[in-house]
Amino acid sequence: MISDQAKKEIDFWVTKYPEGRQSSAVMQALTIVQNENGGSLTGELMQEVADHLQMPTISVQEVATFYENYNHKPVGKNIIRFCHNISCMLNGSDELISYLEEKLEVKTGEVSKDGLVSVKKVECLGACVGGPMCQIGDQYHEHLTPSKLDNILDNLK
Amino acid sequence: MNEVCFKNLDKKNPASFATYESTGGYKVWRKILNGELTPEDILAELKTSGLRGRGGAGFPTGLKWSFMPRNQEGQKYVVCNSDEGEPGTCHDRDILRYNPHSVIEGMAIAGYVMNATVGYNYIRGEFMEPYYRFEEALKDAYDEGLLGKDIQGSAVSFDLYTHLGAGAYICGEETALLESLEGKKGQPRFKPPFPANVGLYGKPTTINNTETFANVPEILTRGGKWFADLGVENSGGTKCFSVTGNVKNPANFEVPMGTPFSKLLELAGGLKEGRTLKAVIPGGSSTPLLTADTAMNMTMDYDSIANAGSMLGAGSVIIMDDTTCMVKTLTRLAHFYYDESCGQCTPCREGTGWLYRVLQRILDGDGKNEDLDLLVSVGEKISGNTICALGDAAATPVESFIRHFRHEFEYYIKHGRSIVESEHHLIEEEAIV
Repeated sequence: MISDQAKKEIDFWVTKYPEGRQSSAVMQALTIVQNENGGSLTGELMQEVADHLQMPTISVQEVATFYENYNHKPVGKNIIRFCHNISCMLNGSDELISYLEEKLEVKTGEVSKDGLVSVKKVECLGACVGGPMCQIGDQYHEHLTPSKLDNILDNLK
Repeated sequence: MNEVCFKNLDKKNPASFATYESTGGYKVWRKILNGELTPEDILAELKTSGLRGRGGAGFPTGLKWSFMPRNQEGQKYVVCNSDEGEPGTCHDRDILRYNPHSVIEGMAIAGYVMNATVGYNYIRGEFMEPYYRFEEALKDAYDEGLLGKDIQGSAVSFDLYTHLGAGAYICGEETALLESLEGKKGQPRFKPPFPANVGLYGKPTTINNTETFANVPEILTRGGKWFADLGVENSGGTKCFSVTGNVKNPANFEVPMGTPFSKLLELAGGLKEGRTLKAVIPGGSSTPLLTADTAMNMTMDYDSIANAGSMLGAGSVIIMDDTTCMVKTLTRLAHFYYDESCGQCTPCREGTGWLYRVLQRILDGDGKNEDLDLLVSVGEKISGNTICALGDAAATPVESFIRHFRHEFEYYIKHGRSIVESEHHLIEEEAIV
């Protein structure tokens, strides 16, 4: 169920677009609903977004499956999105991703046993001068090294 | 260095309204509100400045703005493309974080020139810090009475909103961005009609890149000629470059167009000790790779890079030294385009998969002798056969990597391992002896 608070947030986004163009808010609506649901979407939630924005369900599903940032399977409490594209790769992202996988005993694309972390390899996040880098929640972590990663992981709740 | 978009970088609170205003910000916009500047004055100044679209295509901004049917009845839109995602590019992120007001003022000016009263800044969904900074700046601009309807009784109206993406490189293509802004899958539209006639919600729309808008207020403050003279012929002004890869200090630099590549490399601290330059991608992963010698002889402007055989693109300079395995690097880029193809056009949807899988096969040690010709042939079949430029962009690195470093690919196919690792292995063995 989408909470009233989430509906309010979605309605704020709807005000940005012309009357009758509320489907422009669908991407942000899905993001809000996904965050509220612990990081992933369900068929029921997509249906509710469709009802709330008066859109055909299929249109919401199309958007939800087109964009990278929507998840359709349960994820860890924290998602580590690690860039493996060219600039980060040239500065050792592959080695760091392997380090992370070993340390967390988890493969990219999977959730750690305690459910605390998922690791995802992603394409360029637009912080190439800070590579190797990753995103956790809203935050970018740049110029990563094994010890910096240790620190970040220790502070994850 | 850092004369236009990054001019406030060394200030204490570079992104604040006070900082922006203290360095001449919103002067042009206030002039407009006072009725002291006409759209024609502004277009003329932009044409003099030689400003070209900074997103990659390099189309003259003044000319683009003049295509808008400003006297046509009905709603018109201005859209800013802050969906920065070309591998190797991250300077728009810094403009949004450190100089957001220049983007707001640039967009407002554009709105006035094109008689568009509503603007959207499409920021990629991962850029949350830039998004919060931009939103803060936007709130300040509204609080100062600089945006809204009938602003300060001037009869000029401009409302500006941010829109967040959700992870799709293709939305950097302007018509895919419009689809996305309408709440659909980001799949590019056929052109014509061009957005200037049929754009957002079917209305006339002009889309420019973040850096392009950020340049506009300073150009109009100091004059088109001043801006043009900062650069060289055909490439007016300064350009923000992201210098990344195998350099000591990867960073963003705003330098005059025409700056020698060697100087830019030096600014980024040069190569690491004992390394030599092997290759350079000058404008982001979609632009052709250049060898070290060619790169060292070029200057950073549209014409010089074109003469060298590549493109200035988005100003994303990726440096590769002698430890770089070209097979592995190209495979990574091929994976990117495979992952990001929107799937609309068959040559791109299928072709990018072919490119990636054949390269991965080589990397896994299962390459066949005919694979290199196969890769080139698949690339040729994608190029020019798709709605947007992503297909060409996927084929470009394949062609240029293989053309310049064919022997590395052949070695990998024959021996099942990288020539680079083998060379370094030999050097280490010699050192032991």
